[in-house]
Amino acid sequence: MTRAAPQSESVVEAGYNFAYLDEQTKRMIRRCILKAVAVPGYQVPFGGREMPLPYGWGTGGMQVTASIIGRADTLKVIDQGADDTTNAVNIRRFFARTAEVPTTEATAEASIVQTRHRVPEDPLAEGQIIVYQVPQPEPLRALEPREVECRKMHAYKEYGLMQVSLYEDIARFGEIATSYSYPVMVNDRYLMSPTPIPKFDNPKMDDCPALQLFGAGREKRIYAVPPYTRVKSLDFDDHPFAIQQWEEDCALCGAEETFLDEVILDDKGGKMYVCSDSHFCERRRAEGHRGRLSEGAAKAYAAAVGADVEEA
Amino acid sequence: MTIAYGLAVPRTSESSGGIDTTDLRPGLGDPVHDSQRFFRKLLSAMAQPGRPVELPGAPEGPVPLDPATAAAALTLLDLDAPLWIDWIADTPQLRAYLKFHCGCPIVERSQTAAFGLITDPEHMPRLALFAQGSDQYPDRAASLLLQVPSLEGGPAVTLSGPGIRDSAVFAPDGLPDWFWNDWRLNAGQFPLGVDVFFTCGDRVVGLPRSILAEG
Repeated sequence: MTRAAPQSESVVEAGYNFAYLDEQTKRMIRRCILKAVAVPGYQVPFGGREMPLPYGWGTGGMQVTASIIGRADTLKVIDQGADDTTNAVNIRRFFARTAEVPTTEATAEASIVQTRHRVPEDPLAEGQIIVYQVPQPEPLRALEPREVECRKMHAYKEYGLMQVSLYEDIARFGEIATSYSYPVMVNDRYLMSPTPIPKFDNPKMDDCPALQLFGAGREKRIYAVPPYTRVKSLDFDDHPFAIQQWEEDCALCGAEETFLDEVILDDKGGKMYVCSDSHFCERRRAEGHRGRLSEGAAKAYAAAVGADVEEA
Repeated sequence: MTIAYGLAVPRTSESSGGIDTTDLRPGLGDPVHDSQRFFRKLLSAMAQPGRPVELPGAPEGPVPLDPATAAAALTLLDLDAPLWIDWIADTPQLRAYLKFHCGCPIVERSQTAAFGLITDPEHMPRLALFAQGSDQYPDRAASLLLQVPSLEGGPAVTLSGPGIRDSAVFAPDGLPDWFWNDWRLNAGQFPLGVDVFFTCGDRVVGLPRSILAEG
């Protein structure tokens, strides 16, 4: 599963430093990461550099990864759970070329997992690091546009506004309608944005054995959750936090307790649900698990997404 | 090899007439990969407080630095990280070593330093004399490299907090008798407060301000 590091063209010979960033920048980011770990959930400002791709494509996560990655690491990159989408493929190739590290799609084989908007279904282990790409690190931004005010609210732990916004959901819809970027309290002190992961993944952040790092490139913030740290999703006593549920199982691998994506199959209302974590689903199918859909539907799905599922 | 290591070399000479390079000990053998390796060890020490982490291959620094202390200094310090040094470590050799390899400004007042280097813990300044950060910017607090005679055998405290599964026992030797009392004050003002790397030989133990120590 693990792909060896490319040997052909050395990045160092090509004129780049190891892992793209210069050493001075890495040291600055490393000092910020240490402070972020010391104050879990607090957003540490850092001198974000321009990366060779636009803001919004994971520049923050890439700078964090570039500052921590070494030759002993194995990297996995996912985008919405999938290893084979454009963003994931490109970032994985970027580090395979600039840091010459082996890459993998298997969560258990990776020492660093960089992710956009999902936490892998396989549980993370002690010693692993998960790096989140963060578009908007400030959980209060939608409620309070002024940075100065948000900073004060964090300083004085003044988070009533967020509770009011969740309450307004209940008053209007009868339940908390926020389904992603669901706000969490870290170590009972800082309100933190878990990044746009579905709230389905929030419980995985709580008491997680792996170190969680968050990098926001455009907003130039780094924050962290150390291993075994309490991460609590905000809720009310009479409206406790709950994750999404589906009436169907994964159509390909039959998994019952994973985050599912809806896939439209035709123009007559046909659809199927499949695991969002592509490696998890593939592994289950390799183990012989089968979903309810016929081989024909699996092939239709394969044709639709261009994936290779002939064994399914 | 094109490596941006030139930045770490000080560009200006001091009024004393530059850096005395006689008896200058070498820095990291492979600056890019050694510092990455040591940083990951320091990161795992900070993320799993109280657990000793080995730094294999740590460089021999000038007296009185242990290899782990020298490795941490070379990994974290540069011209953006003002350093305060305690009196026993403050020798011309050590100043030359840090100026040459890190280029960090060395400051006289502990409150203005981003890092504190302490090799004589018994006579170290109280923790409140280092930068504590501010309500709105708790990250602007000092990190201490605190070299102790031993990481075991001293008065034991039980650590708990983020990064520790249940609890951890930590018993560094050679600390002043006020240390753990000061630490209670330090942890009590969270999110303000200093973070400490205890170093000894080629091992390091992290103690961030978020950790409670019960004596």
